[in-house]
Amino acid sequence: MDVGATRGRMADYLRDHRDKVIGRWSELVVAGLRGRTSVDEVRRELGEVYSLVVRVLSDADEHAAGELRAALDELSRGRARDGFTPSETALGVFSLKEAVYELVADSAEMVPEFLAFSRMVDDLGLRTFEAYSAAREQIISDQSISMMELSTPVVRLWEGIIAVPLVGTLDSARTQLVMEKLLDTLVATGADHAVIDITGVPTVDTEVAQHLLKTVGAARLLGAECTISGIRPQVAQTIVSLGIEFGDIATKATLADALALALRQAGLKVVPA
Amino acid sequence: MDEMPIQTGDDVVRVRQQVRTAAAENGLSLVDQTKLVTAASELARNTLVHGGGGVARIEVVKSPNGRAGVKLYFTDEGPGIPDIDLALTDGWTTGTGLGLGLSGARRLVDEFALDSKPGSGTSVTAVKWSR
Amino acid sequence: MEQVPILKIGPTLFVSIQIDLQDDTVLRLQEDLADELAASGASGVIIDITAVEIVDSFIGRMLTMIGSISRLFDAETVIVGMRPAVAITLTELGLSLSGVRTALNAEKGLEILNGKT
Repeated sequence: MDVGATRGRMADYLRDHRDKVIGRWSELVVAGLRGRTSVDEVRRELGEVYSLVVRVLSDADEHAAGELRAALDELSRGRARDGFTPSETALGVFSLKEAVYELVADSAEMVPEFLAFSRMVDDLGLRTFEAYSAAREQIISDQSISMMELSTPVVRLWEGIIAVPLVGTLDSARTQLVMEKLLDTLVATGADHAVIDITGVPTVDTEVAQHLLKTVGAARLLGAECTISGIRPQVAQTIVSLGIEFGDIATKATLADALALALRQAGLKVVPA
Repeated sequence: MDEMPIQTGDDVVRVRQQVRTAAAENGLSLVDQTKLVTAASELARNTLVHGGGGVARIEVVKSPNGRAGVKLYFTDEGPGIPDIDLALTDGWTTGTGLGLGLSGARRLVDEFALDSKPGSGTSVTAVKWSR
Repeated sequence: MEQVPILKIGPTLFVSIQIDLQDDTVLRLQEDLADELAASGASGVIIDITAVEIVDSFIGRMLTMIGSISRLFDAETVIVGMRPAVAITLTELGLSLSGVRTALNAEKGLEILNGKT
């Protein structure tokens, strides 16, 4: 069997029956999506994919396959964003087979052509599944970034003194965010002292310590002095046993102690009224 | 893909500017732009100083999940790097020598590949993705 | 190659970098500063990098060297106005610019220089 010729004949058939097939395909897709999209919108989307399918089958040019893949990926991503399930998206692709089958069912001579076509559509359907799950992963990662943003406040304790209360784990992604917010706040407030409070950081191991040292280093490049506060007794023991050195960075047990130190360094004193 | 010669200090500046433009146009955050351009500066300088001059190329790429990224290529026909592992350790603080900035550049980008053999030049690729 | 101008105001030398730094330009700046320090007896140097978008390992090392050179002339150097993105990148590169002081702006830089009589 000459695959090229078979595919070519299928391409011709699809071209000749374009309107009818797209019409039926759109109906099937809209029915499958249970009215959550409009027929016109679907016809337009599918029309583009249809033309690309025809181009691929007729081996018209080498870009067609790439363009078809890209178009399907875009379609899957859009469906993923709109909350459709991957099955709904894949079924949408498979219903192209259904629409064509209804037309060729009665003519025995299109069997080899339909088989080749069917195999191609199966691959495309599977592809939409993969594209869908990749898109969902991206959405999840975007959301976790938003959550990190919300849980990293920088507060002004006093004139020239700001504090970053860290709550939760300090991984490299979080550290980047903390550094950015801390430095932007230093510039915006003109502060020269930053207190990084780690009371809410459950574990301080070598990695977390590196992240803290990096953050302090960055703040120092902007002329700010840093104090790390919130060192709990167990944390202190872990730090020492791991051999972590904070060098010349001041560390304090509580945020209050760190504030007192910062005020002293700023030449200020708190006296009774 | 833009291809740029690296034969002078001015070329290095030009490479930085082009990388900056590509990074900004493809959605990289300000910090990520800065990191990528800094990495490009290191790699371009390496190509010039240790590679005897070469070329740089900038390509816009797309990840499987649709994120845009900027890919940089630096190639030279210079002497090549005899000990790649050594070159990629943090040896820049010790003054002159190969590998200056290579390890730093690697830390600043998401993907990094170095291909070099003594006598057949060096090629480095680096990719930074938008988030 | 461009030349970065050096301004003398009282006992302090001011350098404001406004251009995209080429290696040669930085080397030239280092030489010019050494000459100026020797000739003027200035006790402080302020290098304003507010407009600098990229500081790579070469430029970073040059800045540290300028600090060392100044100290040989009994002068203190303060780098001011580093951009957050630059600071984060330098930290990632492992450069701490130890040997030079830093400040948010020229005003604070002067306070540091004046505090060190």
